[in-house]
Amino acid sequence: MKKYFRELSVTAALLLVLLLLAVVAPAFFQPQPLLSLVTREAPTLVVACGMALVIICRQIDISVGSVFSVCSVAAGLLAAHGWPLPLVILASAALGALLGSVNGGLVAGLRLPSIVVTLATMVTLRQGLNLVRQGEFVNLPDRVQWFGLSQAAGQWTLVVLALAVLVALGLAMRHLAAGRQVYAVGTNAEAARLAGIPPQRVTFLVFVFLGALTGLAAVMNIVQSPQVQPLSGAGLELKVIAAVVVGGVAISGGRGNLWGAFAGLLLLACVSPALTHLHIEAYWEKAIQGAIILLAVVADGIRQRRGE
Amino acid sequence: MAVTPPQPLLTLRRVAKNFGGVRALRGVDFDLHAGEVHALLGENGAGKSTLIKVATGAHTPDSGEIIVGGRSLSGLTPALAQQLGIACIYQQPALFPDLTVAENIGLRLEHGRALRRIDWPARRTQAATLLVRVGATIAPDAEVGTLSMPEQQLVEIACAVGAGARIVIMDEPTAALTQREQERLFTVVRELRAAGTGVIYISHRLEEIFALADRVTVLRDGESVGTHPVAAMDQAALIKLMVGREVSQLYPPAESPPGDVVLALQNTGCAAGGVRDVSLEVRAGEVLGLAGLVGAGRTELARVLFGITPADAGEIRLNGQVVTIASPPEAIARGIAYVPEDRRRHGVILEMPIAQNMTMAIHSRLFPGAWLRDGAERTLALDYVRDLAVKCAGCDAPGGSLSGGNQQKVSLARWLATKPRVLILDEPTQGVDVGAKSEIHKIIRRLAKEGLAVIMISSDLPEVLGMSDRIGVMRGGTLTAVLPGGSDAHVVMATALGGVT
Repeated sequence: MKKYFRELSVTAALLLVLLLLAVVAPAFFQPQPLLSLVTREAPTLVVACGMALVIICRQIDISVGSVFSVCSVAAGLLAAHGWPLPLVILASAALGALLGSVNGGLVAGLRLPSIVVTLATMVTLRQGLNLVRQGEFVNLPDRVQWFGLSQAAGQWTLVVLALAVLVALGLAMRHLAAGRQVYAVGTNAEAARLAGIPPQRVTFLVFVFLGALTGLAAVMNIVQSPQVQPLSGAGLELKVIAAVVVGGVAISGGRGNLWGAFAGLLLLACVSPALTHLHIEAYWEKAIQGAIILLAVVADGIRQRRGE
Repeated sequence: MAVTPPQPLLTLRRVAKNFGGVRALRGVDFDLHAGEVHALLGENGAGKSTLIKVATGAHTPDSGEIIVGGRSLSGLTPALAQQLGIACIYQQPALFPDLTVAENIGLRLEHGRALRRIDWPARRTQAATLLVRVGATIAPDAEVGTLSMPEQQLVEIACAVGAGARIVIMDEPTAALTQREQERLFTVVRELRAAGTGVIYISHRLEEIFALADRVTVLRDGESVGTHPVAAMDQAALIKLMVGREVSQLYPPAESPPGDVVLALQNTGCAAGGVRDVSLEVRAGEVLGLAGLVGAGRTELARVLFGITPADAGEIRLNGQVVTIASPPEAIARGIAYVPEDRRRHGVILEMPIAQNMTMAIHSRLFPGAWLRDGAERTLALDYVRDLAVKCAGCDAPGGSLSGGNQQKVSLARWLATKPRVLILDEPTQGVDVGAKSEIHKIIRRLAKEGLAVIMISSDLPEVLGMSDRIGVMRGGTLTAVLPGGSDAHVVMATALGGVT
């Protein structure tokens, strides 16, 4: 219990918010709007899973928003060219992995600080995309939307897909030697190296993984609308990093898990609809999300102090 | 004041300092007069550094008295020590590499508001003057990072002189210097002395002490074993003072004759690691102790053997076959295990459960198919907990919850789990309490008996003498001698110091 206190307290906070809504605004629980809310967050969850890996490995990637935009546009163009969807998904994930390998290569190979490397790739990719596309939208063929299914079926597909990624990665981090190695490198890279675990390779691979998941998430996003916005990934990095940190993954590496990140994401995602239902002005959304992040970080800080 | 003051510049009286259970200083007396060079001598861990830190205010002694210029000080802080004219020059100069020499000197000497205007010409002139006074030919505008080590030391000395230091402490200043650079440093020290400064000089090199010092104080196990005029001493007498204790009889005896040669080095070296020309054989069932001073190259040799800084010269043979060891995983695959020195930083991952710590080096073997098997992990961990008598709340307790000795056992278990043929232990009992220490000694002896070739690096001379079947002595990055087990402590010490043999 004590070990997972952090994850449990986030889950408790989430349940508290849901309970409050159940009492004050039962309308929140109408199936259709709720499904839409969850569907909108599905791609974010996939990216957050990858981000959790990177942060557990004591790195960070703030370029995910730009990678997401680039993959979205690329996937949209391929789909518009008539590529079948499964191939589009693969191509988008591969492109994401490629971009992730640039980040990972620079961080692990040249031992550069990840915040600087990914800041640079974030700006480069975003501006590069602007330059090439001039802000142009990509119109998607009809068969792309909701994977060519009905809206409800498409929505459920997305939710199930995101949960499948979460469960698979969550189990892998706990039950695969590779997951253990990510924790080891994130806690103490030198000790890991002396135990025969190659920290540089692990670091490289978590970036590649995050990139691939971001590419997948991009497709999961574009199927939700008839057009691809070139700026669809703007601000995504803050959203996923916030979710991961609120969920109890320590920014100093080595601690936390994907279940916590999942709870953190849901908690932050609930803020906006909750405000609507409680008739509070939407301006408060960011302020409240910020307060939640601050609270989580302060709680971590206090816990760490006590632990010492 | 032209007349030398009658009282010493600095007196330490009955100074004692404990760290946890370790008694680093046990009531040491020390004094320093104006215009003398007073050498401080002692083995690794004898208490020299602690004594220096007490004198500079970095450590507050638990008891005893510090008297500077006739004034007894109850609370000496680094800032106060600086005001009183105490300056310390460390082996690694503590300067800002990206700032110029003049800026570095200015930062030390100018005190004032953060928003004052800086008088750049005055700063440069001051730096130039001070550099001339210490006999340095360094441009005040040079960036410190571009200077050599001895040049940086001269900048430090210039700071000390500029601050009007009456007491200058030098901690192994020549460790990184060439012969000629040494000579220049000595000239500066002699000039300081002639100007009435008191110099406390720490060095492992006995020749330097005879060349430079007026008096010498020898520390042993946190106690002063005497202050003598250097003129009345010779090398043998000094070594005797440093070592002079009985070797404890509590070490478990060797029980079986050593077997075949497992590891053989032929002129092995690694330029990047600072190891050169090491030739050595280690047999199954033997404990080879590696003695030497800190920085003699022992840990560096271990890092070469473990593939962290791979060898670039000579030959390494394992069971008669020439091998290359290019990385830790390769070393592990070849049956070499290395239990590192700093177990808290490099060994046990404090946040991880004991069981996970123990299996960290054998993931691929314990978990075929990469799927973690908690049951197998637990069984293995429980075996080692029982076998090595690790005192813990359970296998799931984090490594950080254990005492030093038990952490060391966990670290050891991780490496025994790899089923090594060669086990390298780096300071296996450092910071470990007496009881756990003797347990670890028994374990080491048992492992040797089971046929492991054990290389044990230790700065604890009685431990090396008591545990080793043979004793390799390193100095300056190479193996200078291999002495038989049970050698005389004086001989080992003298070999490590590179003095008389």
